[in-house]
Order: sequence, then C-alpha cells, then structure tokens
Amino acid sequence: MQDRDQALLEVKDLRTWFELRRWVFARAGYVKAVDGVSFDLPRGEALALVGESGSGKTSLARTVLGLYKPTAGDVVFEGMPLSQLNRRQMRAYRSDLGYVQQDPYGALPPFLSLRSILAEPLRVHRVRDKNEQDQRIHEVLEEVKLTPVSDFIQKFPHMLSGGQQQRAVIARAMILRPKLIAADEPVSMLDASVRIEILKLLRRIQEAHNLAVIYITHDLSTVRYFSERIFIMYAARTVEKAPVESLLEHHYHPYTEALLAAIPDPDPKNAETFRDVPAGEPPSLVNPPPGCRFHPRCPRAIEGLCEVEQPPTFEPQPSHFVECWLYRDEQKSGLG
Amino acid sequence: MAGNLLRVNDLILHFRTTRGVVQAVDGVSFDMNRNEALAVIGESGCGKTSLVRAILRLLPKNVHAYEGSVILNGVDTMKYSEERFRSEMRWISMSLVAQAAMNALNPVLRVGDQVAEPLVVHQGLRKQEALAQASEVFRMVGVSDDFLSRYAFELSGGMRQRAIIAMALITKPDLVVLDEPTSALDMLTQANIMNVLKSIKRELEQSFIFITHDVATTSELCDRGAVMYAGQIAELGNAQQFYLDPYHPYAQKLMGSVPTLRERKELEFIPGQPPSLISPPTGCRFAARCHRRFEACDQEPPLFELADGRSVKCWLYK
Repeated sequence: MQDRDQALLEVKDLRTWFELRRWVFARAGYVKAVDGVSFDLPRGEALALVGESGSGKTSLARTVLGLYKPTAGDVVFEGMPLSQLNRRQMRAYRSDLGYVQQDPYGALPPFLSLRSILAEPLRVHRVRDKNEQDQRIHEVLEEVKLTPVSDFIQKFPHMLSGGQQQRAVIARAMILRPKLIAADEPVSMLDASVRIEILKLLRRIQEAHNLAVIYITHDLSTVRYFSERIFIMYAARTVEKAPVESLLEHHYHPYTEALLAAIPDPDPKNAETFRDVPAGEPPSLVNPPPGCRFHPRCPRAIEGLCEVEQPPTFEPQPSHFVECWLYRDEQKSGLG
Repeated sequence: MAGNLLRVNDLILHFRTTRGVVQAVDGVSFDMNRNEALAVIGESGCGKTSLVRAILRLLPKNVHAYEGSVILNGVDTMKYSEERFRSEMRWISMSLVAQAAMNALNPVLRVGDQVAEPLVVHQGLRKQEALAQASEVFRMVGVSDDFLSRYAFELSGGMRQRAIIAMALITKPDLVVLDEPTSALDMLTQANIMNVLKSIKRELEQSFIFITHDVATTSELCDRGAVMYAGQIAELGNAQQFYLDPYHPYAQKLMGSVPTLRERKELEFIPGQPPSLISPPTGCRFAARCHRRFEACDQEPPLFELADGRSVKCWLYK
C-alpha cells in the first residue's frame, strides 16, 4: 500500500546517460543507462529491481544514492529534489542512505579493523565523540549479530567468513541510521545456505527501523522472501511493476514471461525438457531500437506498432503496471 | 552402479601450505556410467574444485599427497606418467570447462584458432582440418561459424562460454568436466547454455561431471547427484532421490535452503560454518552443525550403500 502522504522517495522520469568520448572534442553519443524511470517508494517498503546485466538496475540505484547525476528527470527525497541540494545538504542526504554492495570482501578495506571501518562514516559525518562512536558501533554490531562485540571489533576483514563480512557491510550501512538502504546483489557471492540467513537479517532490520529498501538482484527466486513490490528492468526502462505475488501469478510483459520461464527450481524433471528462451541479446544502450526495446526478440510483437512507437504504461490490474502494447485496451496509467 | 565409464576410489589430494596441510579431497569414491551427467554440489571450501584438479591431474607444486585410483574406461589413469597423461588423457579422453574460462580466452587470437588448437596440439591435425572440425562443433553449440574468424571481445558472454564448451568437445572426449559453467552468466544466457549442454548430451551421448554451488541449475542436467562436504562425499543418489528426498542431514538442509519460484516454502539455513580442511574434526565432519547428531557421530561414518542405490555417509543409515 502506498502512503497517502508523500512517499520517502519519488523518482520522476529519471534519465542517467553517460557520455562516450572518442576523440578529445568529438562526442560519440551516450550510453543511456537509465532512460525514463518513475516510481515512488514509501518508508517500510522493500522494492526489488530485477534485470540482467546492462538493464540499468545498478545505474538506477547509484543515481538514487547520489553517486551519479541525473541527466534528466529527478530524484526527490522527503520532498527535496536532489538537483537543488547544495553540498552540505547533499552530505546530509548521504547519511540518510545506506549501501550494501555485492562483494563483501571487496567492500571492506583489508587494512582496517572492524572498529575503524565502522567509525569512519561516523567521523565523516561529524560524530566525533568517542563514547558516542563506541555506543553506536556496539549497537549496530549487536543488531547484525556479530557478537560478542568485543571480539569482533578488533578483527580484520580477512578473519571473517563471507557471511560475517556481509554482516559487517550491513552494519556499516546502518550506522548512520539511514532511512533507505540500497542493497545491490547482497547475497549473490555468498553460499546458498548463508544467503537466507543474511536476507532474513536484512528483513528484520528493515522491519525494526521501518526502512525503505531497494533490493537489486538477478535472482528472482529470492524476491518473494524479501520484497513487497518488484520492478522488471530491460534496456534502461522498467517494463513491468507489480506487487510480488501479483507478478508471480500473472505476468503481463513477454520479457517477464521469458525470465520466469528461464529460472529452474531444483526439480529432477528439468533434465527432460528444453527451455524456451527468446533469441537474441539485450540491445545496445547507445542506440536502442526504435519503439519498444524488446520488439526484436518478442514472440508477440505487433507489426506496425511495436517497432514504431514506445508503449506508454498501462495498468491491467490495480497497482500492476506494464509497458507493452498488448495491453493497449487497458487503462492508461500516469505513473507506477 | 556398474560405473562403466569412470570409477573413482578413495581419491586423496592434500596440499602443503604455510598454515598446514589442506586435506582438500579426503577419500572420495563414486562411479559414473556412459551418457550420464553427475552433478557435484558443494559450498565454498568443500573441496569440489580440488576434486576437478585431482581427476584431471591439474596439480600445483605444493601437493602433499595424491593417491587413490581414477579408472576411466577400465584403465587407472593415476598410474600414468606425466607425459602419458598429457598425451593420452588430458584433453583427449577428458576435458575441462573451467570456472570463468570464458574470460580466459586469448584476446589476441581468433576464436576459431583457439577452439581448433586442441586438435592441432593433441592430434597433430593440420590447421585447415582442425578448423573444419571447429566449424562442426560450433554448429553443435549453436554459434554461427562466422564467429570462427572473430576475436573474443566481439562475442557476448554467452557466446564465449559456448566457444569454451566447443573447445572442450572438439577432441570427442569420453568425459567433460564443467566447473561452475554458468555462474557468471545472466538468467536467460544460463538457460541457453543449459539447453546447449542438454542437446549435446542427447546428440553425442556425452558424459558430464557438473560441479557447482548452484543447486537449482544442476537439476537441468543431472542423472545423478553428489553432495560434497569438508573434502568428502556426504550423499550420492539418482536425481529423484537427490533433489526430492535427500537423506543426509546436510543435504536436507542444503535443499531446504534453495529458494523456489514456483513453490511456496519456508526456507532453512545452516548456522555455523564448514570446518577447516587443515585440521578437520575427528568423527563425522558435519556433526557440529547437525540437528540429528548422536553418540555414534564421534566416529567418522563410512559411506553406506543402501538398497535403493544411493550412498550416504551418515550413522543414521547404518
């Protein structure tokens, strides 16, 4: 359910383009990594961004985090558009966000103890009092269950297992008491039996602090355990947006259909059949195809329409949005 | 199981390191038949990559112990000299699709030349003939032979992985070992590669050993499955038994931890970590984390062979 009040995060027709330079002065075009994405995210809600590599999901998250500047459109946080923030305000904004990256070992500086790693964001954001630092560090390590705390604060990253390292990354993301966490493939580098433990931890933390979470993953199977809504991204756009159960029961976009069909459950019968996979590859983000970007691979493309015009957003079911001409008889939607 | 293709008995591979001896493969035994796909599943540190090295004899310099037997088509390859193994076994009777191999393609050679290379080196073919066979094997993996004359950077991730699979097939080996063949790939690409492997298995009656931590993907190409834990095999059974009704407590928890798209289930995780391979505990290596341990577990259980054809290394099944 969306808040009737203003959502914590509003993304309005966001475009993030990266310039390609061939020679010193000549421009060779843009990589349009995010190309027209809009959504609202209230507090307390976890949103899954699912897509393959190059779909734009990481670029979208990094733009929301303030790491990339939007080329067009805006990111509005608690009513304030990012484009209008000055440096001091940007810094305050960054303390409202936490980032959990994919590679826990790569995310932690190997030459710092856990205590130093956790103290760093506090120092940067001007929490200098030692007692307060200790207290916050203690609090956050208890929360991620790296206990006894006195043992763990002295350890260096290489002394921790993969799961423990990822807990440390989560602790660091939480230490400034953020309102929103962006988790980019937080468990894909961990072993199968540890993934659930970490996802459950994130869920507990989310509920305890009423956090908004953007959960980026290519592993659709985990989404049901961790998110309320799911957005499917393809070629820099969100082609389908819906509550998780709604999408799993009723997927509208042919790309979503292909994606779901490609994912195996551990079933011995899988060895007996071949999977239907759409031919071709995702398009170039420099020169995406005209019209709907999926049309060259779509088994249900409508000739004369799909290759000509980009479809708007339709809403075939309440809160379930799809960018696809197949649903042109459904109600057109303003936003997702 | 008769094991008419491969019989591995008590295979041991230990490495010497500054911190002690790593007992990476510690008494592994299993059988395989022709045209069978065996999945070996395990998490990090279970020894599965070392198992690959032990079978293909791709050994580093710090080997402490390398024993046991690897009997391929009735011949114990462990008894071969280095030179004989190189000229008759590796890349002739058995080949490897290594982890992230697609990133190891030589960037300055044309893809076709690399795929044809094993024929030139191991079978003394001339380049023209070798390239003709490369073209044929490209057809089997679903890559147009236009790509023979291209360079690696011109191919997508999925196509590079197919080129690597082609390279492993080109000498028509009896056995292909695949180590995490789809880990670095997107979902649709993964599904494509699994389709390729399935069609090769049918067309060539190819035998595979498929090693990975990705449980769900293995079900696409699995006649039998083995779970590895702490350098040993904990359970081995046919696909039905393995995925739907595992017996070993570790295998049960592992299957329980795999998220499923189509079925709603409560997920489990296993607290704690696998033991160090440097000084593995005495007794059953999973006992410390096992929800069903009892007194007998202080002794290491043997691999019991049950009436239904499966093997379980657990005292519960004595």
